[in-house]
Amino acid sequence: MSQPILTIKNLTKKYGENVVFHDINLSVNEGDTIVIIGPSGTGKSTLLRCINLLTRSDAGEIWLDDKEITCKECDEDKVRQHIGMVFQNFLLFNHLTALENVRLGLTRVKHMNPADAQLKAMQELERVGLQDRAGHYPGQLSGGQQQRVAIARALAMDPRVMLFDEPTSALDPELIGEVLEVMRKLALEGMTMLVVTHEMGFAREVADRIVFLEKGSIVEEGSPNDLFYHPKNERTREFLWKITELYGKKDTEQGNG
Amino acid sequence: MVSWFNIFREYLPSFLQGAAVTLELTAVGLLIGFVLGLGLAVARTYGPKWLRVIAIGYLELFRGTPLLVQLFLIYYGLPSLGLTLSQTLSAYLALGLNSAAYQAEYFRGAIQSIGESQMTAGRAIGLSRWKTIWYVILPQALRLVIPAWSNEPISLLKTTAVVFLIAVQDLMAKAKRAATDTYDPISSYLAVAVVYLVMVFILNEVLKYLERKSRIPGFEMESKKT
Amino acid sequence: MDVASFLKYIASGTAYTIAVTLIALPSGLVIGTLFALANVYGGKVIQRLTALYSTIMRGLPPIVLLFILYFIVSGSINLSPFWAGSISLGIVTSAYQMEIIRGAILSVSGGQMMAARAIGMNKIQAIRYIILPQTVRLAIPPWSNEAAIVIKDSSLVYALGVPEILRRAQLISASTQEPFLAFTAAALIYFILVFVTNRSLDALERRLRIPANP
Repeated sequence: MSQPILTIKNLTKKYGENVVFHDINLSVNEGDTIVIIGPSGTGKSTLLRCINLLTRSDAGEIWLDDKEITCKECDEDKVRQHIGMVFQNFLLFNHLTALENVRLGLTRVKHMNPADAQLKAMQELERVGLQDRAGHYPGQLSGGQQQRVAIARALAMDPRVMLFDEPTSALDPELIGEVLEVMRKLALEGMTMLVVTHEMGFAREVADRIVFLEKGSIVEEGSPNDLFYHPKNERTREFLWKITELYGKKDTEQGNG
Repeated sequence: MVSWFNIFREYLPSFLQGAAVTLELTAVGLLIGFVLGLGLAVARTYGPKWLRVIAIGYLELFRGTPLLVQLFLIYYGLPSLGLTLSQTLSAYLALGLNSAAYQAEYFRGAIQSIGESQMTAGRAIGLSRWKTIWYVILPQALRLVIPAWSNEPISLLKTTAVVFLIAVQDLMAKAKRAATDTYDPISSYLAVAVVYLVMVFILNEVLKYLERKSRIPGFEMESKKT
Repeated sequence: MDVASFLKYIASGTAYTIAVTLIALPSGLVIGTLFALANVYGGKVIQRLTALYSTIMRGLPPIVLLFILYFIVSGSINLSPFWAGSISLGIVTSAYQMEIIRGAILSVSGGQMMAARAIGMNKIQAIRYIILPQTVRLAIPPWSNEAAIVIKDSSLVYALGVPEILRRAQLISASTQEPFLAFTAAALIYFILVFVTNRSLDALERRLRIPANP
């Protein structure tokens, strides 16, 4: 067992009376890929946003390496530099080219010199296979390409952890594969990743651990094999059955061996 | 603070007289602008080429020059062409001609959002081109235009405030009078500013009410000008 | 009055009109942009105050405001009618420009701010590098409209005695007994100024346009 890189302790988030999630405990080891699944509206996205401090949690702690990042005096801008985030709807900066999107954080946040930033940004684009689209604006790229640029933009900051918030759910079916391919490669390279997705094929194949979140709390977690084939909880079984119906059977049947 | 309120109290009857003139100017300008603006919008959209050119020229000229210049041209300039108008008539005419250019753009937007298909449908049942415009296009356009058009009365009310420069006795003229009498221009203009604000506020509420009343669910232009 | 001196006279009036516009428009833009940022990103109290500023300023006829501001400005510091009038006009237009910038900021999606914060930018950096560059592009067409309004409203400083186009036209009309020609000439100059301004800003907007932006 390697060292936990990210530890979530008793995390709670409420909007007024409405509890989004409650008393979440989760620890992520270096190099692990954790996939969070669950019905929509159960606080998966909010959880990721809380980890990146884009939303403030109401109680509990989040630790990155040996430091608490949820303390009052924590510098949230500093923290975010170490946590990469990929959004469902890409959110590339519309007025900048692909390369400029990746480079901006390097020059403006990390204060890297322009030549080094240029080089590094280009390398990150290569990493997602888009070096030949460097000069294109977001509007000139397909959804899949935009999402890959967004991944490169997050990677450029050399994050300790990457958070993916349903990275393929805004994509046309034929574009999903290229994004998952990039993520699969990242996982193999040893990037620590926390992924919210409905892509069960990806979850089963890439995840070290799957967390099933429902109604704001963790119902069950375990290896893909445990969760997919020997779920302990009735609700997990139901959810997986429903999602398999929705996304086609062949996903769960393959790999059954 | 006391002084502007004193002026406000002392000159209130005079200000109210002026405010009545201001409202009259707004109403007449709005009416002239409505009729002429509608004509311009139809001419610009459906007219023969020469008429379209004239309409566009009118719109560009009146929206590209200050109202004050238009006002002076009418009041001081027209007499040398043999047409002498009183101060009030000049103000009515300048405000009407000016407002027409702006109202025409609102009407044109509404007419265009109705599109060609209604014209085709009208022609298909045997209506002439002009009859289709009159019976099919305009009734719809006039309803669609309400949200955008409802900016114009307030805009015009504010625009009227320059006509005191040709000595029309509107609210601003009364303010100037109070300023000269009291040697306190700041307080005098502050006092009428309050009157203007009240008028704008009330007019705004009335227009919002009418807009709500006239709304037909599902029948509206894509975007409302704000 | 001969043609040459007539033209010279008109031209110097035009210079005043341009100068008034060039003072009022940018100062209104600076105030308007600051107020718009305060309104969108500020706390509740600041939001209320800036919204109130906008409502009152835009609820008044420009000439009423111009007079109030002019007497306040020229009463507190010793300024010529030209400067006092130009600055006052700048304050008049600031509320309208505030609304233009505010609208443009709000139509840059909220996601852009979130994405900027997610790579570790602070709020100021996000506004500076992500929000404002996109706002500028969106704001140009309505701003072009406001620029035309300020050029036209610069004629209001006529009433303060600034020797701009309209004032010159009036003097010429009195001395030549040709009011129609004098005011037509003035109208033509305003028209050309507005036309050229709008066309230049159109061209600028086309040049800054982001390719294939949704």
